[in-house]
Amino acid sequence: MTFEGWILILGFVGILLALTKPVGLWLFALYEGRRTPFHVILGPVETGFYRLSGIDPKQEQGWRRYALHMIAFNAVLMALTYAVLRLQGVLPGNPQGLAGLSPHLAFNTAISFTANTNWQSYAGESTMSNFAQMFGLTIHNFLSAATGIALAFALFRGFARRSSATIGNFWADVTRVTLYLLVPVCVVVTLFYIASGVPQTLAGTVDITTLEGLKQTLTLGPVASQEAIKMLGTNGGGFFNANSAHPFENPTALTNLVQMLSIFVIGFGLTWTFGKAVGNTKQGWAILSAMLVLFLAGVTITYAQEAAGNPILHGIGVAGGNMEGKEVRFGIAASALFSVVTTAASCGAVNAMLDSFTALGGMIPLLNMQLGEVVIGGVGAGIYGFLLFAILAVFVAGLMVGRTPEYVGKKIEAREVKLAVLAIAILPLVILGFTALSAVLPDGLAGPLNKGPHGFTEILYAYTSAVGNNGSAFAGLTANTPFYNGLLGVAMWLGRFFIIVPMLAIAGSLAAKKYTPESAGSFPTTGALWIGLLVGIILIVGGLTFLPSLALGPIADHLAMISGKTF
Amino acid sequence: MTSDLTSALRPAFVMTILFALLLGIVYPLAMTGIGQAIFPTQANGSLVVADGKAIGSTVVGQAFTTDRYFQTRPSAAGKGYDGLASSGSNLGPTSQALVDRTRADVAKRRAEGVTGPLPADLATASGSGLDPDLSPASAYAQVARVARIRSLPADRVRALVAANVDGALFGILGEPRVNVLALNRALDATGPHATGAR
Repeated sequence: MTFEGWILILGFVGILLALTKPVGLWLFALYEGRRTPFHVILGPVETGFYRLSGIDPKQEQGWRRYALHMIAFNAVLMALTYAVLRLQGVLPGNPQGLAGLSPHLAFNTAISFTANTNWQSYAGESTMSNFAQMFGLTIHNFLSAATGIALAFALFRGFARRSSATIGNFWADVTRVTLYLLVPVCVVVTLFYIASGVPQTLAGTVDITTLEGLKQTLTLGPVASQEAIKMLGTNGGGFFNANSAHPFENPTALTNLVQMLSIFVIGFGLTWTFGKAVGNTKQGWAILSAMLVLFLAGVTITYAQEAAGNPILHGIGVAGGNMEGKEVRFGIAASALFSVVTTAASCGAVNAMLDSFTALGGMIPLLNMQLGEVVIGGVGAGIYGFLLFAILAVFVAGLMVGRTPEYVGKKIEAREVKLAVLAIAILPLVILGFTALSAVLPDGLAGPLNKGPHGFTEILYAYTSAVGNNGSAFAGLTANTPFYNGLLGVAMWLGRFFIIVPMLAIAGSLAAKKYTPESAGSFPTTGALWIGLLVGIILIVGGLTFLPSLALGPIADHLAMISGKTF
Repeated sequence: MTSDLTSALRPAFVMTILFALLLGIVYPLAMTGIGQAIFPTQANGSLVVADGKAIGSTVVGQAFTTDRYFQTRPSAAGKGYDGLASSGSNLGPTSQALVDRTRADVAKRRAEGVTGPLPADLATASGSGLDPDLSPASAYAQVARVARIRSLPADRVRALVAANVDGALFGILGEPRVNVLALNRALDATGPHATGAR
């Protein structure tokens, strides 16, 4: 580890802390439906969209209707993308003349982008036409992110409203977040990326004759416009196979920093927005503090492991930290930091190949996802996932002192706790179930590239990433098969919508409740005790559930690595 | 519930079409137009052109495998630096295949006379397989070979490397590195081309 490396990590957190309140305020304006400066230009677009689709943005929805409209919208979007991917060969904007995708790959990819996962069973540069990238994929990057933020708003309203039957209007939330937050930021960031060397063209490829006289073909395309929302929306699906390790996606150390900031900035802001919505910004800072404790612990472990390097390679004459799968321009610190950021959030973009990380360095990204991606988390999904854990935490605290638990002025009762557990239980159910299935079936065992415990980790990582809607991979796994495309597709769908529906039910149930003022007997949910309890609950739920699987994968791999055993 | 579903269908379909047009067509095309107008070089791949021909990109790496050039890192992109197949090796820390490949690379450098532990990036494949850079240490480790093949004084080649080291931005952001294409072009501009390479 180096001094510069730690300056980068702490500077990164410092910038985000400075942005938390301004971004949170902006999000709060959207939450409340207030006017923003962008209304001058985009206001007519918003009202036009409502008029053409027959939406009254002021018509409030109960949680069932909110959920139904959200699912209908996502289903139609998914069908559109499936059609675009299958028909890509006959659609315009295909300078490379690429054929349509196979049914199982199109199925997997359409679910993947709808569910904000962006798992890549395909290699972008040799599979996706420019039109498919723009019209099939980029739209999901915006709308799955906007859907996530809308859902967080709905849950915030559940906590904030008193005796209310409704939790907002889904269409108004999605449209405002897209138009007044995501689009303006992406326009600015896209221009910065282009200036830094990220291509933005409708051309397909360019041929180069290298200094040694060889032919090299480089894929170009509308990369920068997709890159901007890929990071800001915590989507993570790369234009290229190598994702943000590819120099055309992420050409400099500065673009790398902006990409990492983009992943986290909305998640940081939403914690503040939550506090503001429930009338006490300290509640937001308490949540952010618990998240940061887990985040910094993860960064420290991964950075230390990667900087220490691989003793097996040291033994055959290679110096220093682990550079397998890493780019020189980022080095070890920025690669380690990126890997923890992208899995703490549900982004899944990578600037280094996680499969080639050291055993424990690569375990942290895996563990981040197994904890439910609640350390900052995906845009919207992170905070609503975290609030599910907060409900569990006040429940546990209530059990210990024998009082009815309350959180931010709402009594937490049996119904909310049951729903929260239902949502959280989907993770171990699908991750461990599907991993076990794949570890015994021939179709599953055909997947891993690496042998030994590392091969098991590749399978475990894939399902964890799919259910967590992350999309990063231990990419050695050959996943573009009917078996993996199918199971991973199902896992992504369950991981997204089987958390969302119970979560919205909680929002509806909370909104209907009366306000319970804080009393001397209330468990305080702002101080250090509360932060410690939150961290503890998250680690116990995630840790106890997944520790056995980690022992079979990365921990066994680590023991092999330090004793010099190869497979 | 049925009426609820019906009420959802029209907005679901119409909003999908409207957003797809805005985000899938207008946004990327507008960005392409603006990008091409303001930053035409970068928007088209930051190509390096010599004698009217594209010979590389300043941001993407290309294969250098002959002894008379500074060689790029091992690459898992296709057969090496394949722009249509970006990829890392994805070999894990306990992979025998990784050990075998690394042994071969170490042996190659030993045969060139490099002693001591090799800089990590020189014996490892990058994430993209298109890494344009080397660490300064990896470039310096190749100075003796390049100087010998090109019949140039080693000090002159070493100075060339030093002149091509890009430092970290603001002293902290990013790693010191050498763009291999830039270094090799500077090398070609310096001295007589040796014959009989490889």
